[in-house]
Amino acid sequence: MNSGLLLLILLFYLGLLFFIAQWAERKGNSKWTNNPYVYSLSLAVYCTTWTYYGSIGVAANSGLNYIPIYLGPVIAFPAWIVILKKIIRISRINKIASIADFISLRYGNSRFLGALVTVISLVAILPYIGLQLKAISETFHVVTNSTESTNIFEDTSTYVALVLALFASFYGTRYVDASEKRNGIVTAVAMESVLKLFFFILLGLYVTFFVFDGFDEIYTKASILEGFQERNTINGLEGGMNWVMLIILSFFSIFLLPRQFHMAIVENNSEKHIRTAIWLFPLYLLLFNLFVYPIAWGGNIIFENQDVNPDMFSLLIPQHFENTFLTVLVFLGGFSAAISMIVVSSVALSTMLSNNLVIPYGLLGSLQKEDQEANSGRIVRVRRIGIFLMIILAFIYYRFFIMDFSLVSVGMISFVIVAQLGPAFFGALFWKRGTFKGAVAGILGGMLVCFYTIMLPFLLSSINPESIFFKEGFFGFTFLQPFQLFGLDYLEPIPHALFWSLLLNTLLYLLISIGFKANYRERNYAEMFVDIDKYIVNHENAFVWKGTAYVSDIQKVLKRFLGDERTNRALSLFKTKYNIAPDDMMADARLIKFAENLLTGHIGTASAKILIESVTKEDKISLPEVLKILEESKENLIINKKLTETSKELKELSAQLKTANETLVEKDKQKDEFLDTVTHELRTPITAIRAASEILHDDEEIPIELKKQFLQNIITESDRLNRLIDKILDLEKFETGKQKLHLSKGNIVETISKALSPLHQLFTNQNITVKFNKQQQFVLNYDEERLIQVITNLVSNAIKFCAEKEGNIQISIEVEQADFLKINVYNNGKGVNPSDLETIFDKFYQSNNQNIKKPVGSGLGLAICKQIIEAHKGKIWATNELQGVTFSFTVPTNLNLNV
Amino acid sequence: MKKIVLVDDEPNIIMSLEYTFKKNNFEVFIARDGQEALDILKTEQPDIIILDVMMPYVDGYATLEAIKNNEKLKKCKVIFLSAKNKEVDIEKGMQMGADAYVTKPFSVKKLVEQVNELLNK
Repeated sequence: MNSGLLLLILLFYLGLLFFIAQWAERKGNSKWTNNPYVYSLSLAVYCTTWTYYGSIGVAANSGLNYIPIYLGPVIAFPAWIVILKKIIRISRINKIASIADFISLRYGNSRFLGALVTVISLVAILPYIGLQLKAISETFHVVTNSTESTNIFEDTSTYVALVLALFASFYGTRYVDASEKRNGIVTAVAMESVLKLFFFILLGLYVTFFVFDGFDEIYTKASILEGFQERNTINGLEGGMNWVMLIILSFFSIFLLPRQFHMAIVENNSEKHIRTAIWLFPLYLLLFNLFVYPIAWGGNIIFENQDVNPDMFSLLIPQHFENTFLTVLVFLGGFSAAISMIVVSSVALSTMLSNNLVIPYGLLGSLQKEDQEANSGRIVRVRRIGIFLMIILAFIYYRFFIMDFSLVSVGMISFVIVAQLGPAFFGALFWKRGTFKGAVAGILGGMLVCFYTIMLPFLLSSINPESIFFKEGFFGFTFLQPFQLFGLDYLEPIPHALFWSLLLNTLLYLLISIGFKANYRERNYAEMFVDIDKYIVNHENAFVWKGTAYVSDIQKVLKRFLGDERTNRALSLFKTKYNIAPDDMMADARLIKFAENLLTGHIGTASAKILIESVTKEDKISLPEVLKILEESKENLIINKKLTETSKELKELSAQLKTANETLVEKDKQKDEFLDTVTHELRTPITAIRAASEILHDDEEIPIELKKQFLQNIITESDRLNRLIDKILDLEKFETGKQKLHLSKGNIVETISKALSPLHQLFTNQNITVKFNKQQQFVLNYDEERLIQVITNLVSNAIKFCAEKEGNIQISIEVEQADFLKINVYNNGKGVNPSDLETIFDKFYQSNNQNIKKPVGSGLGLAICKQIIEAHKGKIWATNELQGVTFSFTVPTNLNLNV
Repeated sequence: MKKIVLVDDEPNIIMSLEYTFKKNNFEVFIARDGQEALDILKTEQPDIIILDVMMPYVDGYATLEAIKNNEKLKKCKVIFLSAKNKEVDIEKGMQMGADAYVTKPFSVKKLVEQVNELLNK
């Protein structure tokens, strides 16, 4: 293929990724970018070109040995839910932006340890980045059938590296605060993960089912190849040991590789996303590895006895069958794997480089004098140049050092070096006694072993492969042979180096930690790391600090990096959180920790500490004192938590009480009004009775006719009193729900007739015509006695209010909405005042409204009707007609109260 | 003979009042609400009015106000007669210019005494 065309395709592909990154960045925290799938897929940055090309090389050369590198992460996954959650929590509350921050903060926020971790990471990862560039370059030349030019300025891959460096340095440094989330990069990486897997599976299917006739054919043909048997066994106990070491190695790597730490921890938006990752990521690895074996052995069959690099099988096979399209797709997949790794690694490393090395050891002094704008620009520039230089450096490294090595070997060395951070890292999570001295000793010891057992031989072999150093060891001491240290001769070089380096590392870490006391700051952070769950809420409380500090001094420092607005906002939030008076001038331990956190993302943990220290005066504090304070603060935290909960409960309770009280007040008011009216209504007949009785008692000359009249009044008013009491009790029973309905099936037409019959005399007396169709039938469930009460009441009212001449009352029944029956009682009298249409159903309505002629009645009739109808689950209301007024009520046709 | 107007919408109460005041030598006029009372007052100038508060159409308060605004009725005494017996109600009635406030139920005898007392002042 023409190299210009491929370059064009590459540029287009890069442009697409750039576009996705831009889009995701603009989307902010939308569901498209902030979701568990994007998170899980972004973790697949683990699968680099090493997986894409290298695994096939390993599988073709030595069978199953590519598997342990993927078994480690898979075995690690159950532990993720515990470990990862813990790391994420620690990192979130401490604003940790890299593994260097993480380790150095735990061991007393040590500037030296941060720098050490940074240097080790750089040493480990730069060649690894070089490796990716090498893969891009080599595959580029395979696809275009060109040869690598010795002049780097004529080699196209140089320019690809340059573009990548620019892309990464532009995109990786959008935020000054390194603990900020970079949605653009994460989404682009997730997208690349999907593409690289998809293209790889496509190739697998092609090789297995188009080139060959399924897995069976590959196996049959491969099994007769030379050396098939030897290459496909674990090789007994010795081979097993190699496997175990490799699994441990990859287990460590999934946590410790800077790019994995960056994706899994720093870019994590939510702890919940881990739950998806623990199944999706292993599944991803499984899918990726499914076709490694068929492709590798398919390649072995096709290129039998030819001198080809098995690392390139995935490109060579489709090319061999002249399938250019697939070749380009596979190349793009590999390219994706490479740039994901390069971009994420360089972002992670540049954060470390700036926050843990350049700023604390050089730039800090000048940053202290500038304002926020200048400082932000400077920090971003440092990182940007860092990323650019790193990629260029890696490129140079690849061009001059690792031209001749396979993908896997360089990757393995990186893994072993990074694994040296393991004891200090895992110790930070689980062991409070681990100390700064122990961590440093362990890491240095492990590195020394690494240097002796792999790095040195690696360098030497590129100069003089026949050096006697390999055979006879250092100064001729055979037990110091670099690949068989102390006679350990059955491990391969990589597992061998890992074994001895980790052994020494761990021992030094443990022994020195136990042997030398930690300082109080280490002990303080040990507590916060190991018991993170206890401090997750008000974590600033867990920071122990004694001394004199002024809020204004700290504020000044913060403003240099955050600017005025953010500083003031952050401080006011802090004061609200801990209930501190706004004018409090003295800063306490919580504010010191809070301020350090604010600065950490910008300049790293160690520099943050140094800056805050420069404006405060710390008093000496002894270790027992720290432990005492920590114990107290732990208790305080528990009490605090309980108090917060209690106060929340109290707040809810008081809100409930307030509503209850309001309801009560309203009820009370209603009750007062009700009592007022009731007493008034009761006093009226009593007044009449009392007056008549008094006259009868005092006046003996009263004529007999009049006497009888007064006695009759007493009887009438007594009855009235009694009826009134009955109705009040009735109403109360309905209102309090004590009144039960006695439902039975009946024809409502008959019930209405029953209610009308005692009233016929009145109709005749007052000359009122009544219209009611008795020839219908509506059978439904209701309390007949109660409905008679309602109808009697409505019709009595109609009689009272209907026109004095030619009075007319009409009763009709309608079906309303299928499941309701509507009964109307119309009279042709005066309408109801529109504003009273609703209040008419209130208790004692009539006595509250003086504009209606007071009819005979208690004023409770309609209120009781309303209660009866509502108990039937119906409604009652009044409507003014053109002439007259209609009172209507509804009853469900299929009533079932189920009480 | 002194003239008295009895205003109440309860016929049975009116009946007792009518009997009692007639017996005590009053010329009695009867109204079932404020409007009827005001109609009577157009032609009559009674010495005293006994006025219920809660009545349909025109209540006791409105009636009293009309009386107070009538020059011809300056000398006419007014007694409120009401079942509203709370302090605030009584105060309100007195402030509006009633000469006395009698709560229901009441003693007929005492009412007559009170009326006589007012008229003899």
